[in-house]
Amino acid sequence: MKRVVVGAHYGLRDWLAQRVTAVVMAVYSVILVVLLLSGGPIGYAEWKALFAKGWMRVATLLFAVSVAWHMWVGVRDILMDYVRPDGARLTLQVLTLLTIAAYLGWTIQILWR
Amino acid sequence: MTNAAIKKARPKYLSLAALLFEIRLPLPGWVSILHRVSGAVLFLAMVWLLFLLDRSLSSEAGFESVKRYTSIPIVKAALLLMIWCYCHHFCAGIRFLFLDVHKGVDKETARVTSIVVIVAGLVLTALFGVRLL
Repeated sequence: MKRVVVGAHYGLRDWLAQRVTAVVMAVYSVILVVLLLSGGPIGYAEWKALFAKGWMRVATLLFAVSVAWHMWVGVRDILMDYVRPDGARLTLQVLTLLTIAAYLGWTIQILWR
Repeated sequence: MTNAAIKKARPKYLSLAALLFEIRLPLPGWVSILHRVSGAVLFLAMVWLLFLLDRSLSSEAGFESVKRYTSIPIVKAALLLMIWCYCHHFCAGIRFLFLDVHKGVDKETARVTSIVVIVAGLVLTALFGVRLL
């Protein structure tokens, strides 16, 4: 993309990502709620078995990636709105990215243990 | 326009007191700011939620310890807050998706859908709170 210093539409990808990830999370949420509420009481065996299924792990990973991406766009928007000093904003944005990366890494570790 | 209106001090700087007591946010505004607040809370609380997921899937003993831990009233309240954050964020987000495609943009509909979102968030929280906690 040819970039000019003052231009428009650079936010389109983030805007679109925010919506696509939202739809992925919504679909996963509904499926999870149906799975959790349709059966009987859930003990360790049922809980473990649910996340042992291959498709459930992949679906949860898709969900986690969507959450990570969605969080990045959302938190960055909040920081851009409220944190005015450039240094502080940049620092917080870097911390946010590192935190989100850590969340994602941890989730993968939990799923494929 | 009356003289009084012309003489109003401009520009008007917003104090915290003005934000809290003088300016009354319309309902769609409440949905919006609560969407932002709930999202921020979920981001910050994710470390705790992942800790709970990690423990609960680690072993039988871990699962039982999470069960005991989440039966403590204050922990249960915190978890209920997380459920509300998720439910409100979910409902408000769907409303925003409809606004994206220009559905429900007019004032009256926007007000009605705002009430629906706020009520739905609370009802779903109560429902899941009763079923899951």
